[in-house]
Amino acid sequence: MTSSGGSNGNSSLRLKTGLAEMLKGGVIMDVTNAGQAMIAEKAGAVSVMALERVPAQIRAEGGVARMASPKKIREIMDAVSIPVMAKCRIGHFAEAQILEELGVDYIDESEVLTPADEAHHVDKHAFKVPFVCGARNLGEALRRIAEGAAMIRTKGEAGTGDVVHAVKHMRQIMSEMRGLKVLREEELYARAKELDAPLELVQLVAREGKLPVPNFSAGGIATPADASLVMQLGAESVFVGSGIFMADATHFADPVDAEQRARAIVRAATHYKDAKVLLEVSEEVPSAMKGLAVSAIHESQMLQTRGW
Amino acid sequence: MLPMKIGVLAVQGDFDAHRHRLEELGAEVVLVRCPEQLNEVDGLVIPGGESGAILRILGRQGVEKLKQFVRVKPAFGTCAGAILLAKEITHPEQEGLGALDVRIRRNAYGRQINSSIRQGKLGDSPMEMVFIRAPRFERLGPEVEVIATQGEDPVAVRQGKILAATFHPELSEDTRVHQAFLDLIGNGTL
Repeated sequence: MTSSGGSNGNSSLRLKTGLAEMLKGGVIMDVTNAGQAMIAEKAGAVSVMALERVPAQIRAEGGVARMASPKKIREIMDAVSIPVMAKCRIGHFAEAQILEELGVDYIDESEVLTPADEAHHVDKHAFKVPFVCGARNLGEALRRIAEGAAMIRTKGEAGTGDVVHAVKHMRQIMSEMRGLKVLREEELYARAKELDAPLELVQLVAREGKLPVPNFSAGGIATPADASLVMQLGAESVFVGSGIFMADATHFADPVDAEQRARAIVRAATHYKDAKVLLEVSEEVPSAMKGLAVSAIHESQMLQTRGW
Repeated sequence: MLPMKIGVLAVQGDFDAHRHRLEELGAEVVLVRCPEQLNEVDGLVIPGGESGAILRILGRQGVEKLKQFVRVKPAFGTCAGAILLAKEITHPEQEGLGALDVRIRRNAYGRQINSSIRQGKLGDSPMEMVFIRAPRFERLGPEVEVIATQGEDPVAVRQGKILAATFHPELSEDTRVHQAFLDLIGNGTL
């Protein structure tokens, strides 16, 4: 059997973005144990993110947030048949190596965990497992893609249940991409410099009008309407973190409520442009997590500013 | 002649890749999100994605409507789409549309790390094949014809108007499998 799917070049990137293609139009849910993972799968999640603590808990409890224990991740991998993702700290390539060895399907090099390197992200080309990375603007997205990210997600502000920055970041990326399309070829050189992004990628986006990898949304999505909003703004799928299984920052939601909420957000992602379905699912859904307004968070306490 | 109207099931998955390919081949594409839209299409593509999630999003009513559709109209499934079309699904067991007399095993090659691009054969001619967390046909019924292989494995099959591939022709440049589906709709045969 000849295989060209190694860690080299174009074919590897096609396999990595290929899995992200399969997740489009779906919902990826944060889970902290096998029980939650099974609820997520039953509700129609396309993938789960295996975590020790969800972002709302991390924010409330503080301390250093690291990769989840492999035992915990394995328990979740064994419980479901959908792809399982896990987070490593920004720049922590050793955590990424462990996650790859464990066999997770996607690694999220995530600002939700405490960064391990103040200057460098992981060289994601060195891995066979695909990576997703957060971004707040086009330059950041293209820097991550240059490092080998096979999926971009907006950062938003994780663990808040406040969608405002998921919206801000999606609008930013989409409008910066639209802006590239009207520039003349020679203007792209200066623009690439301003964006602090590789010229070849800037030229590619100017030509294609979109990122060369799927573009998902994350960071504060808590209701079916939130999912619809970010998808109408251009997100191809949504990550829902604390919004499904948490009642507030420290208490888990009732599992029955969580499942209903999960189901409702899944339907909203499919029918994101259909107000009739959105009304229906919004009527059925139990109230969302209490949340934390992003405007009340001091900048030094924000997770989105991690990463460069 | 009017262009053929092809539905691409768009509840979840890589429906956009299929849409691009079909439009490239001159078909008119309808992204099918609601069961009623099935009434207006000549054939249906069921894309790759998560087969369990697609089933759950479709719901009882959606699944029943799809079952009726694939009994009479042409359908083409890739990866998760092939799983959904099957009669018997394992690892884990799952409901199917029953249109294809096969047993298919989900995630038969392993996890994402075992995904790969391989050379296979469409009939006798070489073809690049993208396998992503791919399933594998484990049993083929007497009326099922193998149209593509990779090594010893059958990777694309046909039964009447139903076509299924365990790989993703929509992620390669090669248009032959999609063209075969359009021919199947136009002529009723390959």
